[in-house]
Amino acid sequence: MAPMAVRSRPSRGPGRVRNYGPAYAGPAGIWLTVFFLAPLLVIVAYSFLEKGLYGGVEPRFSLEAYRSLFNSVFFRVSLNTLGISLATTVLAILIALPCGYYMARSNRKTFLLMLVIIPFWTNFLIRIYAWIAILGNNGFLNALLIRAGVVASPVQFLYNQVAVTVVLVYTYLPYAILPLYSTIEKFDFSLLEAARDLGCTRRGAIFRVLLPNIRAGIITAVLFVFIPTFGAYAVPLLVGGKESYMLGNFVAEELTRTRNWPLASAISMVITLVTTLGLWLMFRLQGKAPQAKDPARSGGERRAP
Amino acid sequence: MRVVKGMGFSRTVFFLTMGFLFLPLVVLIVYSFNSAKSMSWGGFSLVWYERLFLKERNVWNAFENSLIIAVSSAAVATCLGTLGAIGVNWYKFRFKKYVQAVAFLPLIMPEIIIGVSLLIFFAGIQMKLGLLTIFIAHTSFNLPFVFLMVLARLDEFDYSIIEASRDLGATERQTLLKVILPVSVPGIVSGFLTAVTLSLEDFVITFFVSGPGSTTLPLYVYSMIRFGVSPVINSLSVVLIAGTVLITILARNFLKYIAQK
Repeated sequence: MAPMAVRSRPSRGPGRVRNYGPAYAGPAGIWLTVFFLAPLLVIVAYSFLEKGLYGGVEPRFSLEAYRSLFNSVFFRVSLNTLGISLATTVLAILIALPCGYYMARSNRKTFLLMLVIIPFWTNFLIRIYAWIAILGNNGFLNALLIRAGVVASPVQFLYNQVAVTVVLVYTYLPYAILPLYSTIEKFDFSLLEAARDLGCTRRGAIFRVLLPNIRAGIITAVLFVFIPTFGAYAVPLLVGGKESYMLGNFVAEELTRTRNWPLASAISMVITLVTTLGLWLMFRLQGKAPQAKDPARSGGERRAP
Repeated sequence: MRVVKGMGFSRTVFFLTMGFLFLPLVVLIVYSFNSAKSMSWGGFSLVWYERLFLKERNVWNAFENSLIIAVSSAAVATCLGTLGAIGVNWYKFRFKKYVQAVAFLPLIMPEIIIGVSLLIFFAGIQMKLGLLTIFIAHTSFNLPFVFLMVLARLDEFDYSIIEASRDLGATERQTLLKVILPVSVPGIVSGFLTAVTLSLEDFVITFFVSGPGSTTLPLYVYSMIRFGVSPVINSLSVVLIAGTVLITILARNFLKYIAQK
């Protein structure tokens, strides 16, 4: 990568070269300002306004939307959302770590990578539908269990928190496997041997050498899974029930059915705040790993010819 | 590579996970050839394919809408994103940090927030929900992906190629057309393809910004699922999976072809 001083030359250089930066980046900047940032600011503003009679808002300042968040229903849905998204994140990481490790040490990396990516090619809704076809009352699993004589009548697998978590893990697992794979792949495995030679147990080597060194990958994977699952909407809508209602469903309900737009905006603010908080927390964790980063860097340099 | 000890656990987890990832796809494919409407096996049949291709006209309307949106939003996002990446990568200017931030934020926002804010925004400026609003929404979430992919490609190149072209007397326009764009083609093509895929795939954002008569394929599948399990969705899924595999293989070969040139 060229150093900054070299890059800035067009703006300082001879008069015939103009700075075309704004001309190039302007259209993208304007588009995203109008169709991404402005809408976000609109919902921030709406969350502080009074609710209109038939949807919409009245232009009067009000904290009513935030005040109405203080009730047991909202707390229950929030806790539920947090519980499901944390469980999904932890499960996805626990599954993805050994998978990424196996892929990184395999000699058929491209093939294994394709295996992980192929399910990605199937439409998101169709993947959810497939789980309904498997877990539903008239689904594949019940048909199998009834034929095998394990149960007499269909078991209700769907419409609960477990079903929502399973489908969310299914949907976001590749998002955890891919960043973990790419960081483990760059890891210098001779460090593990060194740890073993110095008397570390195999488990010790994994926990004290491998995991600290792939911290950046773990953090990326956590964010890639946690952020979309905390704002999940389609999965709890289709495979969840009343008890697995999540904040995303709450927003949609307030927006389209109850038509309380300030409340929908306020809940959206809560979702944004929590995901931003997660992001901040993870970046702080990443910053706090000096002793873990150094061996990786020196390992990488030593390997380079 | 040398044989690694202690890989048994991770190998087991990996293959179990692959089973987990592929089970739903296998079930869909197998049951799309089932003659019975339920999930019990009634014998091989192509009846659901026949129904999909001959009777379900709405699927094809939805598919057409999806294609129109995907190609148009990917094209606009690719143009804006590529230019933006060129500007940010090779120049220093006042709003550079701002452009980078606003192109990064959509990637870390939950989809529902983007969908809800756009719906409220469109209602605020009294824009009728339809294909146009879906197009705008898709362009917005596609743009950052193209931007990042082209940026990653440009990062591999030295600024000296631009200097060389200027020293040899090229104007800015000539430099753009004859130097910058050709070197970024692989990034642009993969950005465009990613954008098309993301657009065809999107349900949540589209759900909020669509209006009557602007049903896309995912929205149509959603309405079918709401009516209960229908084997027509199985056959549709298989057609979609086959189509995606075909397009991905073609795209990979195309990218390889470009790389060789």
